[in-house]
Amino acid sequence: MILAMLGEAWRAMGANRLRTFLTMLGMVIGVGAVVLMMSIGQGAQFAIKQTIAAMGSNLFILLSGSTSAGGVRSGSGGGYTLTVGDADAISELPGVLAVAPIHPGNTQVVYGPNNWNTSIIGTTPSYLDARSWQVTSGNVFTDSDVRSATRVALIGKTAAQNLFGDEDPLGKTFRIRQSPFVILGTLAVKGQAMDGRDQDDTIIIPLTTAQRQVFGSQFQGSVRMVMVQTATQEIMPAVEKSMTDLLRQRHRIREGMDNDFFLRNLTAAADSAAESTRIMSLLLGAIASVSLLVGGIGIMNIMLVSVTERTREIGIRMAIGARERDILLQFLLEAIIISVIGCFIGLLLGIGGALLTNALTGTMVIISGSSVVVAFSVAAAVGIFFGFYPAHKAAQLDPIDALRYQ
Amino acid sequence: MPSIQMSDAVIRIEDLHKSYETSAGLFPALKQVNLSIASGEFVAIMGPSGSGKSTFMNILGCLDKPSTGRYFLDGRSVADLGKDELALLRNRTIGFVFQGYNLLQRMSLLDNIALPLIYCGVEREERQHRAHDLLTKVGLGNYSGSMPNKISGGQQQRVAIARALVNRPRLILADEPTGNLDSQTGKEIMTLFEELNHEGITIVLVTHEEDIASHAKRQVRFFDGRIVSDHASQHSGALA
Repeated sequence: MILAMLGEAWRAMGANRLRTFLTMLGMVIGVGAVVLMMSIGQGAQFAIKQTIAAMGSNLFILLSGSTSAGGVRSGSGGGYTLTVGDADAISELPGVLAVAPIHPGNTQVVYGPNNWNTSIIGTTPSYLDARSWQVTSGNVFTDSDVRSATRVALIGKTAAQNLFGDEDPLGKTFRIRQSPFVILGTLAVKGQAMDGRDQDDTIIIPLTTAQRQVFGSQFQGSVRMVMVQTATQEIMPAVEKSMTDLLRQRHRIREGMDNDFFLRNLTAAADSAAESTRIMSLLLGAIASVSLLVGGIGIMNIMLVSVTERTREIGIRMAIGARERDILLQFLLEAIIISVIGCFIGLLLGIGGALLTNALTGTMVIISGSSVVVAFSVAAAVGIFFGFYPAHKAAQLDPIDALRYQ
Repeated sequence: MPSIQMSDAVIRIEDLHKSYETSAGLFPALKQVNLSIASGEFVAIMGPSGSGKSTFMNILGCLDKPSTGRYFLDGRSVADLGKDELALLRNRTIGFVFQGYNLLQRMSLLDNIALPLIYCGVEREERQHRAHDLLTKVGLGNYSGSMPNKISGGQQQRVAIARALVNRPRLILADEPTGNLDSQTGKEIMTLFEELNHEGITIVLVTHEEDIASHAKRQVRFFDGRIVSDHASQHSGALA
């Protein structure tokens, strides 16, 4: 029975191919748009998540407060209010997983005939832990390297390529501001930071070496920044509070006075970036859904025309024994077939479009099974929803009137 | 006039009235109609246009319901039946033949004939088989794949008759079945009806042509919504 009706629906659709095709086109475009937008949205979300994962999770950054000399105020991190002692004290706080004092800077590095200006990060081994940054070859320098300020370095991929070309940098000696350094390890690729900076264009050296031999330091033991990692995201507010209290106490800041340091929650910033991407992809999906809705209305429109055109046929069918539900089913099936086939084509086009976008622009796209399932069920639902009214109208026709209809 | 036993009456109508709502008020189309048609009869319903014979046929065919009065089809009171049961009656008990053939243009002749079987859930093979048998019976066995618009009016009407027969109905209702045909083709169609009647199928046909009506065994005349005459045809014995 259903099979016979499917055959009839197919025949009815074949009788007016152009119209069937145009009706289908509404669904094709709707579903295609939804799939494409969802793929791009999910791709963007995934890319953001990767960036966050590369940055490291549950991170705070502590910056020294600004200084003011002769009316000229330095920016945050300009002063030297934070000390290695502060960092050590913070590492004793409950919930703190890793603490890494950082002395950053940019300078020229030289190897043979090559030279390159890159970012130098003077820090301790826990920095790599906090940022979950591995070395792909060689070793990470140790705390004893930090204590004795040895001239060793870890090099990122971009910096290595510019300095060493195709040579393997491991074990090579190069110079930072005339001081020779030995490459102890090469860093894993991190890619772009959220601000677009190339995180692989960097060289990591022991904190003390950076302070004493590269950048120099006005005050022994002071640092520009401290990176702090907590065990979980949930305890970050608590750690933020205890850290602030601790530093105010250590820096002897009285009640009512401003902090002489800045505390930033990097994870919160990253989360808000992720959230805005999520909202963007929802928005894209919502806009695409509108075209799906328009496609559905197109189906309803054509089905209504079809019912009117075939009034006499409906009368004949009723006269030879079709029940109301037979007529209902016949027209409903037509609407569903149109939307499901349209959906299928739209799915292929949407996936094709997503792959094309990826190939042409390099934008990350993710075609997930869930988006395919959602698109398909929405299409079927649209077919039933918008096909029902015309089908119901057909089924409710009076057989005598329908038979007389010219 | 044939005497009719109530028990074997295919159609029994008692005191039937039918009126329509019009802008000018209630219009009575049928007034106090009483009629019994026994199994195996061949009845021609005649009358000028507007006499109520089409309304009467619609009620006989369970496409319309009487305003008052009783209609028993095959012993069942039609007024008590729901829409689905009426559809089932139209499917199983009644076969319709229309003036305009009313074949579905998109389907082959075979599929047209088999269409009523879809609505009572007969399997595809059985449908094809029965449709082909009937197409052969009406003399169009070689045309099974043809489309309705490729054959003549007389041939289309034969296909329509085959469709009416496909579910082995007890009753055939034909509304001006020869109205669109020339007299020779009309005669052939009437011969087909006579053969079917001979096989025991009850036939009720509406016509306004005397020589078509003369093929029937009994003639019922309507005028102004009432039956004005009801008698056996003079020629009825010729073929029966």
